[in-house]
Parts: sequence; C-alpha cells; structure tokens
Amino acid sequence: MQSIDLRGVSCPTNFVKAKLALEDLENGTTVQILLDDGEPVKNVPRSLKADGHKLIGLKQTEDGHYLLELVKQEE
Amino acid sequence: MSETKQPKLDLSNLKAGGFIKERGKDLFTIRLRVPGGRMSIPRLKKIADVADKFGGEFVHLSVRQSIELININYKNFDAVVEALGEKDQKVASCGARVRVPVACGGCEYNPNGLVDTQKSALEVDQKLFGTPTGHHKFKVAFAGCPFDCPKSATNDVGFQGAIEPVLDKAACISCGLCAKSCVPKAIVMGADNKPELTPAACIWCGDCVKVCPVSAWSVKKQGYTVRIGGKWGRNPLVGTLFATFLPEERVCEFIEVVLAWYKEKAEAHGRVRLGDIIIREGSQAFLDHLRVTFPENVVSSTIPPQVILTQVGN
Ligand code: HEM
Ligand code: SF4
Ligand code: SF4
Ligand code: SF4
Repeated sequence: MQSIDLRGVSCPTNFVKAKLALEDLENGTTVQILLDDGEPVKNVPRSLKADGHKLIGLKQTEDGHYLLELVKQEE
Repeated sequence: MSETKQPKLDLSNLKAGGFIKERGKDLFTIRLRVPGGRMSIPRLKKIADVADKFGGEFVHLSVRQSIELININYKNFDAVVEALGEKDQKVASCGARVRVPVACGGCEYNPNGLVDTQKSALEVDQKLFGTPTGHHKFKVAFAGCPFDCPKSATNDVGFQGAIEPVLDKAACISCGLCAKSCVPKAIVMGADNKPELTPAACIWCGDCVKVCPVSAWSVKKQGYTVRIGGKWGRNPLVGTLFATFLPEERVCEFIEVVLAWYKEKAEAHGRVRLGDIIIREGSQAFLDHLRVTFPENVVSSTIPPQVILTQVGN
C-alpha cells in the first residue's frame, strides 16, 4: 500500500505535499496518509475530499496521529 | 460679494450625505460607498485617479469599509462627482438614514462562510441605502458564520450566517472528527461509535458539516441568525436574538418591518437608536410585531439589548 507521511508538516504545506504525492499515482490507487492531530486532521481530509478523492477511512492511531485512507480519483 | 465668483454647485449631492467638513479651510472628506467592502478593480483605479487629481496625499479606509477621499476642496465637488461617474459612485450617507451595509467575504471563496453575505449586502444597499429613519442612524452588518468577524450584534440589525446540521448515520465511518471539532460540545460520540447531537447546544456553525470526511453531516436548514438593537459609540449596546434561519431572500423585507416599528415607536422621542427604543417598549412587543410577518423565524422569547458598561462618566 502506498503511504504518505505528513506527520510534523503544518497547514497548508501538508495539503500541498499530499496533492503533489497523489499526482504521481495511478487513478484508483488506495493510499494511506499519516496526519497530525489538531488542525491538520480537520483540514487535510476535507480538502482532499473537495479535490474529488474518495475517502474510505480515518482512524486515530495508538500514538495519537491519524491514518487517512483514500482512493485517488482524478476528475 | 459678486454672484459670479461663487462656484456653481449642485447642492443635491450634499444632501445625500457623505461630504464631511474637515479642519482645514474649504476642505472636505468625501466618503464613497463600498457595500460589503467589495470594490471592483476598474472602480478602484478610477477612485485612485480622482484622489490623485483632487485629493490629498492619501485616502482613508473607514472603519465601516468605505473609502474616504481626503482634502477635497468644496469648489471641486461637482468635478469629483462627475469624474467618479455619479450613478455607480453614490457617496456614503450620514445622519438619520440606513447606512451602507458592511459584510465579510461570505461563502463565495471564504472557507468558513455559510451564506452569501456579499449578495445580501448589495441587495440592502440597492433597496434600502439612504432610507430616512426619522430618528437616528441605522446600521446593518452581515457575517458569514458564527465566528462573526464583522461583529454583527453591534449593529441596529446584525445578520449572522447559520446552518442546521443533519446526520446520515449509515454514511458515517466513526472517525470522531465532528465531535472533536464541535466547540460547544453539541456532538458527542455515542455507545455505537456514531455521533449524537444535542440540538439545544448547537450554535449552527457548520463545523461538523465541513470537517466530516465522508459528508455524513449535511445542511438541513440555512439562513441568518438575526440580532437587533446593537450600537457602539458612547453608550454601547449589544443586540439580542430576535429571529433564526431567516431566508436570505427575505432580508430586505425583514429590515423594512423593523424600520416600520422603529419609525412608529420612536415618534416624539427625538434622536434615539433602535436598541434604546426596544428597551423602552419591551422586547416582547417588538417580537410580537415581527412575528406577524415572520412566524417561522421569530423566536418565542428574548432579552432586551444588553448594556455594556464603559466605566467612564456616570
Ligand atoms: C454629516 C454627518 C456625519 C459625518 C460626516 C460623520 C462622520 C463620521 C466618521 C468619519 C466616522 C468614522 C466612520 C468610519 O470610520 O467608518 C463616523 C462614525 C461614527 N459616527 Fe458619525 N458622522 C456624521 C453623523 C453622525 C451623527 C449625527 C452621529 C451621532 C450623533 C454620529 C456618531 C458616530 C459614531 C458613534 C460613530 C462610530 C462608528 C460606528 O457607529 O460604527 N455621526 N462618523
Ligand atoms: S464571519 Fe465567518 S465567514 Fe465571515 S470572515 Fe469571519 S469566519 Fe469568514
Ligand atoms: S453546527 Fe457547529 S455547534 Fe452545531 S453540531 Fe455542528 S459543529 Fe457543533
Ligand atoms: S466526522 Fe463524519 S464520519 Fe466522522 S464521526 Fe462525524 S459523522 Fe462520522
């Protein structure tokens, strides 16, 4: 599974990094994205959803980060 | 004194207000209307040209979003009005009238906005700007959401964008973000790991709708929360709640109904702001008046506009 680690990256750099990383992937690829708690987890998932990707999961990990799972979807 | 030396001035321009006497001899400030704070770039360029030609070394951006041309000689009034193109550049008003409405950016490009405040401000400006109240100034403001950057409740009528959220439980993936984001804690995660809403605690901010990654929360109802009776100045009042979820298309009609009551009740009281009239007449009487036209929106009870003690004078 592809994964993008955005821990320690603040808004809106994390979102732009996620966009750039997603650009290199095939449509339909499932990706895991690691996000910090707080503003990042409130902003990045909804911005990626607004870009058209399909969000399939969002869970807090044991160490307090968030694991976002999405399927890349290009309009 | 010879008549011919007098500059020929169209004094009807002055009556509309917006021409403000400055300290210096013969000099005036001209306050231009910028409803909602939105200014097209061609208009901005034109204003810059006029300021450069007739004004001082700067313009001033007023607290209520107007552009003020500084150091205009009164002999140039007609030339300035002409150069601005009077039709789309009506100057701002002073005195006992409905003032230019202020607004934040609203929902068009601003991520927090829940309603189109710019559209509302423009509509109020077109339909109601300059309406004489018979008593005192009348200020209107629009905020796009309950963050309320424009401080809507410090206006005679303040509108604040609001949405009522509704949950599609089946779509929810139990991430817990909505509960985490809800500042007044109107949402808690239930035993089934799905959110539970306590409607009475909700402030209609829409954060749950915005944060939900799978759109399990959506908008059930949308409109303006309306607070009335606010003002600032020497004796500040904060306006209180009179209506909820007022549809955007009924804003002007609402203000007209408020104005009708203000005109009638302030009769013979002189220069009194709406908030002081509500305190005098009682907020229940005002609610009853509003309820006739807006039965679905007017709240069942409220409190009078709230006095803010400034701690100086007596
Ligand atoms: C010819 C009429 C008037 C002129 C030229 C004038 C001038 C001004 C100016 C330059 C401001 C600052 C505006 C801004 O920064 O947005 C202001 C605001 C204000 N004016 Fe006037 N004014 C006029 C009438 C009045 C009257 C009749 C009153 C009350 C007796 C009044 C009370 C106030 C107050 C309390 C503010 C504070 C701002 C606010 O209400 O939000 N003004 N006025
Ligand atoms: S009031 Fe809300 S919509 Fe308006 S600028 Fe503030 S946060 Fe944005
Ligand atoms: S609208 Fe705002 S206050 Fe109401 S439940 Fe959603 S997040 Fe909480
Ligand atoms: S944010 Fe959406 S998916 Fe997450 S718990 Fe709330 S309703 Fe469910």
